[in-house]
Amino acid sequence: MTHINQAEILNHPLRVTRTRNISWAWLGVLPFFVFAIAFLILPASYLVVGSLQDTKENFTLANFADMFQPEILGAYWLSIQVSVVTAVGGGLLGFMLAYATILGGLPRWVRNALMTFSGVASNFSGVPLAFAFIATLGRTGFITALLKTAFGLNIYEYGFNLYSFLGLSLAYMYFQFPLMVLIIAPALDGIKREWREASENLGATSWQYWRYVALPILLPSLLGTMILLFGNALGAYATAFALTGGTFGLATILIGRQIRGEVLQNPGLGYAVAVGMVIIMALSVSIYSWLQRRSERWLR
Amino acid sequence: MKKFPFWAWFWVVLGVLYLFLPLYGTLDFSLRMVRDQLSFAAYEVVLRDPKFAATFSYSFIMALWTILASTLLIVPTAYWVHLKLPQLRPLVELVTLLVFVVPAIVLVFGLLRIYSRPPLALTNSDLGADILLVAGYVCLSFPYMYRAVDTGLRAIDVRTLTEAAQSLGANWLTILLRVVLPNLRVAVLSGAFLTFAIVIGEYTLSVYLARPAFGPYMQLLGRTRAYEPAALAIMSLTLTWTCVGIIQLLGRGVPGQGQLAGTR
Repeated sequence: MTHINQAEILNHPLRVTRTRNISWAWLGVLPFFVFAIAFLILPASYLVVGSLQDTKENFTLANFADMFQPEILGAYWLSIQVSVVTAVGGGLLGFMLAYATILGGLPRWVRNALMTFSGVASNFSGVPLAFAFIATLGRTGFITALLKTAFGLNIYEYGFNLYSFLGLSLAYMYFQFPLMVLIIAPALDGIKREWREASENLGATSWQYWRYVALPILLPSLLGTMILLFGNALGAYATAFALTGGTFGLATILIGRQIRGEVLQNPGLGYAVAVGMVIIMALSVSIYSWLQRRSERWLR
Repeated sequence: MKKFPFWAWFWVVLGVLYLFLPLYGTLDFSLRMVRDQLSFAAYEVVLRDPKFAATFSYSFIMALWTILASTLLIVPTAYWVHLKLPQLRPLVELVTLLVFVVPAIVLVFGLLRIYSRPPLALTNSDLGADILLVAGYVCLSFPYMYRAVDTGLRAIDVRTLTEAAQSLGANWLTILLRVVLPNLRVAVLSGAFLTFAIVIGEYTLSVYLARPAFGPYMQLLGRTRAYEPAALAIMSLTLTWTCVGIIQLLGRGVPGQGQLAGTR
């Protein structure tokens, strides 16, 4: 590197200054990239390599072909369903909440309180969250008992089960929508009251303001944040594990069992299950960054 | 004459109910260890367990290290990318989002495979394992911290602020600490909230790295007990409230705290 720079100094003094500036600028982001490679990219690459090897470390694609069995496909499908439901549900609730408190004409303290609560509530994920939902909606939980004594209604007799899809989704929503509030709030701050006033002065209805002004500006960050929520739910492990004791067949639970050596006997297949998840996640990240590029047009 | 914002209140009430019913339910449940009366018996049991204090303070300290490291990595990087290397922005963003591509359960397995054998056998010592844990936590915090900081940077005029500071003779460190960081206060704080949220009760990384953290302790207790876990959840939440309150109070007295969007 230095050598090339010196050669250039001798030949093109003008261009050199620019080259040197660029190399200095690169140094500014070096710590970040070194860290990310050491603790994120390298570990992930290990699994990708492992998924492409058989037990004798020869190259093979057989591990990915072996994934098409009911247990693994079912785990993926369940994970995706839970993630979509909680990302859309939590995203909408979070957005409505954030919108109501920031632009809905509510007193300032409501917004401050909501941001604080959201910071705490999204803290309330994983193991403690599972405990809270067991204590609230479990068989002897607070709401279950309340409904039973107040209305004679036993929700468990009507098919409700906390340790099921619905129960897990309700628990996931608890950290999904406060996250939405925290992340979407800055974007909502960017929406100016003047825009609404301007469109009203031009005779626009509330629907037209939403359809042609606010929504086009907010939609990319709205969808982008929902995709963050999707990934947040898809990769979640602790909440589901603590809530269901590892019996609910999500993809992450399957990976955990594989790491402990309980299921699939072939380690390469275990890596393939992990890498398969990586591929789904990579797809959503691609969509996210496409949306991000769209939203930049408006935020400039 | 403004009309009453009915729908705004409707959503706020709905959100508040969702937020508080499980908390109230947990509180109620945690007080019912002794049959037919309200008591703090479950809390006493938990408090008498020396592992409670040890694991909680361990996780708390790890969370602080994580927030510090994450802020130190993300704020200068995001600022620098905004100012000097806009062409790198998609790449930085992609890297920060890699944690979604590599969930905790996958990440910890990869970390174990690399750092449990020479030449980088970090898991052999407590310090090494702690470093590995914080490093993993920082990775988990990347998307939230970066998103918050990036959104904050978009709301301020980074270039003008930097040029103004430079023309007043400020060096890069001064610009970062006294110009950029105060303007990003809200963003960094919300990123820090999220990071704290992820780390304090974190289970997956700490259990597979065999760290004496709060998450695995609680999970273990939850397997064998009924009322103590609810008490634990309430207690950890109360402590978190205290520290969130302190952070909020600290933020209030600092100039430049105002609305991000209003200054433009």
